[in-house]
Amino acid sequence: MTFRLDQLPKKKYVLPGNAACAGCGMMIGLRVLGMALGEEVVLIVPASCSSVVQGLAPKSSIAMPVLNVPFASAAAVATGISEAFKALGVRGHAVVWAGDGSTVDIGFAAVSGAAERNSDVIYVMYDNEAYMNTGIQRSGSTPKYAWTSTTPVGKREQKKDVALMLAVQGAPYVATANIAYPQDFYRKLKRAAEIPGFKFIHLYAPCPPGWRFDPAKTVEVARLAVETGVWILWEYDRGAFRLNPPSTIYRDRAKRRPLADYIKIQGRFAHLSDEEVRFIEEEVEAKWQRIAKFLE
Amino acid sequence: MLPLASPALASAGVTGTWRIYKPVVELEKCVDCGVCWQFCPDSVIEWERGRKIQIDYTYCKGCGICAEVCPVKVIKMVPENNT
Ligand SMILES: Cc1ncc(C[n+]2csc(CCOP(=O)(O)OP(=O)(O)O)c2C)c(N)n1
Ligand code: SF4
Ligand code: SF4
Ligand code: SF4
Ligand SMILES: [Mg+2]
Repeated sequence: MTFRLDQLPKKKYVLPGNAACAGCGMMIGLRVLGMALGEEVVLIVPASCSSVVQGLAPKSSIAMPVLNVPFASAAAVATGISEAFKALGVRGHAVVWAGDGSTVDIGFAAVSGAAERNSDVIYVMYDNEAYMNTGIQRSGSTPKYAWTSTTPVGKREQKKDVALMLAVQGAPYVATANIAYPQDFYRKLKRAAEIPGFKFIHLYAPCPPGWRFDPAKTVEVARLAVETGVWILWEYDRGAFRLNPPSTIYRDRAKRRPLADYIKIQGRFAHLSDEEVRFIEEEVEAKWQRIAKFLE
Repeated sequence: MLPLASPALASAGVTGTWRIYKPVVELEKCVDCGVCWQFCPDSVIEWERGRKIQIDYTYCKGCGICAEVCPVKVIKMVPENNT
């Protein structure tokens, strides 16, 4: 699919004057979602920053239909919406727009249930790697060693790889994406919309106040995550597992930028020793080895 | 069913007052690529190819992303004089 910036819709699916922090990565992703599928979606949003950024009723900053739902229920509500669409003959997509906390922890039972039922839903998990809306508490998706308000000396456990879990489950379409690569995310949303059944996209979305970096650097941090190999762009499309550019070249470790480039610009990693940075570099390599097995 | 809220500008107020730095564009040197438009999280950059960009300072939060992503570096972040 060719992608020309000037051919994207100019309609504002995220409206100015909203409550998101300056430089919010999640909002960059939400704008891409609007451009790709804005006219054919109902968004299902569990409690998160995405509920708050809508602002105060009777105004809303999101120019798409939104259903705000209790924390753990998003995937179940989306199943109901898609079934209702089918029964009523409505052409449209039930799209969950949920944070990492509600996806990998509190709502995971509903997510895995929707995957098991193969509900006709597009589930987008925007990953800011903590419970941001309530004050930067660690989630199952917070990376190891990261500072959060509940891991003051750094998180001890590994980040859950929920996209890989769902691919192993055999969901028809599972992909990772990153707000620094909007073309890739756009294409994946369009592809997901073509496929019946359960679709899951794991979107990397930096959060300046939560990760402790200058809001001007949101896109740079996101790009560095890919160039250092920390974030791997891949898709699992009905049985075929592949890497997507530019991650394709970073399979070769020698092509990756030094991990320190990514670590040093984020305050949440400020306490790390050089040895710990080297240790994470090995863990990144181990993740690539895991992915490589699926590529065979 | 009536919606509880409808899409509107300023759901959180006039967010231009949040700015500490203001993005100022040197339009003569802008190559009209639209990259800043793609990445502005707040949809405050207007862009139609051929007409160059325009920033809505009523709502621009001054994050500085546009200045960072501009491939030819023609957006400068200038301190606001509102102390
Ligand atoms: C059952 C329940 N528990 C706790 C909360 C409080 N709560 C609201 S938003 C939120 C954080 C959500 O984190 P995440 O899903 O990662 O989204 P983010 O805020 O980071 O965008 C929490 C804990 C709640 N609303 N409901
Ligand atoms: S806390 Fe982070 S994710 Fe939430 S609105 Fe602010 S920048 Fe966005
Ligand atoms: S400073 Fe931020 S909000 Fe203002 S125009 Fe640039 S990217 Fe948009
Ligand atoms: S990114 Fe720079 S060159 Fe491109 S449209 Fe914006 S100001 Fe002009
Ligand atoms: Mg989160």
